[in-house]
Amino acid sequence: MVALGTHQPELSAGPRDRFARLLRAEWTKFRTVPGWIITILVAAALPTGFALLNMGQCGGCTAPLTGPGGGAVTDQFSFVHRALAGNGSITVRVTSLTGLYSSSGGGESAAGGPLAQNPTAGWTPDVEPWSKAGIIIKASTAPGSAYAAMMVTGSHGVRMQWNYTGDIAGLGGTPMTASPRWLRLVRHGDTVTGYDSADGTSWTKVGTVTLTGLPATAQAGLFATSPVHNIVTSQSAIGNSGTGVSTQDTGTFDHLSFGGTWPGGAWTRDDVGDTNGPSGLDRFRRVGAGFTVSGSGDIAPVVAGAMGGGTRIEYAISVGSFAAVIAVGVLGALFITAEYRRGLIRLTLAASPRRGRVLAAKAIVIGAVTLAAGIAGIAIALPVGLAKLRGGGNQILPVTALTELRVIAGAAALIAVAAVLALAVGAVLRRGALAVTVVIVGVVVPYLLAITALPADAADWVLRITPAAAIAAEQSIPAYPQVTAAYTPMYGYYPLAPWAGFAVLCAWTVAALALAAFLLHRRDA
Amino acid sequence: MSRTLHAEWTKLRTAGGTGWLLLAVVVLTTAVGAAVAGSATCHVAGGCGQDPAKLSLTGVYLGQAVAAILAVLAIGGEYGTGMIRLTFAAMPSRVSVLAAKAAVVTGLVLAAGAVASAGSVLAGQLILPGHGLAGHGLAGPPLSLGNGADLRAALGSALYLALIGLLALGVATAARNSAAAIAIVLGLLFLFPLLTATVSAGAWRRHLEQIAPMTAGLEIQATANIRALPLTPWQGLGVLAAWAAGALLLGGLALRLRDA
Repeated sequence: MVALGTHQPELSAGPRDRFARLLRAEWTKFRTVPGWIITILVAAALPTGFALLNMGQCGGCTAPLTGPGGGAVTDQFSFVHRALAGNGSITVRVTSLTGLYSSSGGGESAAGGPLAQNPTAGWTPDVEPWSKAGIIIKASTAPGSAYAAMMVTGSHGVRMQWNYTGDIAGLGGTPMTASPRWLRLVRHGDTVTGYDSADGTSWTKVGTVTLTGLPATAQAGLFATSPVHNIVTSQSAIGNSGTGVSTQDTGTFDHLSFGGTWPGGAWTRDDVGDTNGPSGLDRFRRVGAGFTVSGSGDIAPVVAGAMGGGTRIEYAISVGSFAAVIAVGVLGALFITAEYRRGLIRLTLAASPRRGRVLAAKAIVIGAVTLAAGIAGIAIALPVGLAKLRGGGNQILPVTALTELRVIAGAAALIAVAAVLALAVGAVLRRGALAVTVVIVGVVVPYLLAITALPADAADWVLRITPAAAIAAEQSIPAYPQVTAAYTPMYGYYPLAPWAGFAVLCAWTVAALALAAFLLHRRDA
Repeated sequence: MSRTLHAEWTKLRTAGGTGWLLLAVVVLTTAVGAAVAGSATCHVAGGCGQDPAKLSLTGVYLGQAVAAILAVLAIGGEYGTGMIRLTFAAMPSRVSVLAAKAAVVTGLVLAAGAVASAGSVLAGQLILPGHGLAGHGLAGPPLSLGNGADLRAALGSALYLALIGLLALGVATAARNSAAAIAIVLGLLFLFPLLTATVSAGAWRRHLEQIAPMTAGLEIQATANIRALPLTPWQGLGVLAAWAAGALLLGGLALRLRDA
């Protein structure tokens, strides 16, 4: 089982050499057990096997629209625009933001008939909290193009938003005739600066953003849009299910003024993207010296969730990574418990009496071997699984190469650290079956409970404190505070940031290693 | 056979961990069930379509892992120490030995499981009314062991744990290595539901739910929305029984055909 011949004590060897020999001895122990080599190969193959089992089908799924950052975005709004050549500015006063909710739920208005008399039949007045209306400078009217906007919102105050994911808060409160909101955008080169004001004289800078590749002639003007509102229709133990209703908002503007060159005098109104508001309503009207603009939709990043939107890349590998955790858990545990069972541990400790170093050498060897297997296994499984999902008609939410690398590294690190945890628990319990069970119950079961059986609060709680928190390292699509959605583990959103979740697993592993080192010193082998 | 049974009973009774593991089945199942019941809430006037029996019995998720260890160690421990050769020298009918182990494991896990599930339901009865989740749906009867469906869920959970024990015993007999056996058993139990949770396709997902030992077996706990389940509660438990029987058969064959 073991070739300890490589480990010959030499009086001249320094501590570093001695540790290097210890590492080589442990590596030799690992690679000379055929069953363990088979197990590590199985662990590397499991993610691909599970990726191929994913039979998810999607008929009629359409490719998501992508924004300048490469991520999937929604770009639907009512746009009253003119061309802005070169540098310039646009300023406006907003005196009200009103809204309508579809009562029918689907947002489809019946054509003809009563619509002609009452364009808002089937709609009730209410403002969606993330209804947006304001001014925007956009590369073109093409959905997904770069933009920067200053806006008032239903209940989140004035915001500056740009390129779908950027969001800075400005003045609070909702615009009313008594307390209007003034908004200004200034373009200089490819930077756009947003200002807000309560009185039109004292202005506050909200932010300056760079829109890479903004063409010399951009489209600028007024916009309005209002997202689908999610209504909880039933609440169950593990989460809420709901339906979305269409909403529409109307912004009332006046004191519109311009700086710079605005060739072509006429305003054009376009629906950018598909819109789903009441079709009979006039979406651009002149009222006295001002205008109203109405719109429905959203200008925002797509988030995964109950409302669909697309498949996250980690879907291809998350089950497989847990399968690999189970396999390497056996390896990690047996790497130490097998020595106890055979009595080999006494020989090992006689050869290198510094017990903590033996544990460290074992941890390094098992960690390195499982990390290599994890990286290879996940790096193969991810493209295979994504191809399988795409073959089923699923639309994968696009992510940057860096995020894809982080997902692979996160899953592989989860696998490797779980193996080290199993080693440490095995050294504490000295029973392989117990150690494997502890690791599976710590890493796999909390995640399973969180996505299938636990109430949402409890699910967040277990994914903060148990080793299963490391699943966050596989999350590819971030949650955005400016987009309302069900950010729950079931939909791939975890309570901790990717590396924070991974740090929780590491903390457990370090604690288990410390306990193991302590007990190794205290107990007879 | 009765002497074989007695011998296996003595071995398992006197093994160091058995008592602790049985205690852990009861404590883990009840404590996790109570914690889940304590964290559940319902604030919707129309009720939440909740299943108070299933919610209270969530602890079985963890209890089953302990029941599986108990069963795995009942035979894996003997392989680990070489004791199995002595056992077979004393009792040459290997299938009888396996049957006796199965009987003893079933009896012990069934007893612990009955205590655990009765305790879980009682805890749910105490905790859930304070969270707006007293009854089955809006107008249904409150959670109680006197209610037929709830009693079936509780007794069924004890049977479920016993069947998990038998499945684990069969796998451990075939695998002969305790750590590998427990990994195979827990992998079978937990990876199926993870897979179904990420598979969106209707028919394929339903088939997976019908054949998965844990997902199908735990349908015995369902007391609400039963018509929407892929199998009836007893059919579900039957699927798990088939897995257990298959594993025992595999273990028995391996015992007969291989050297110990």
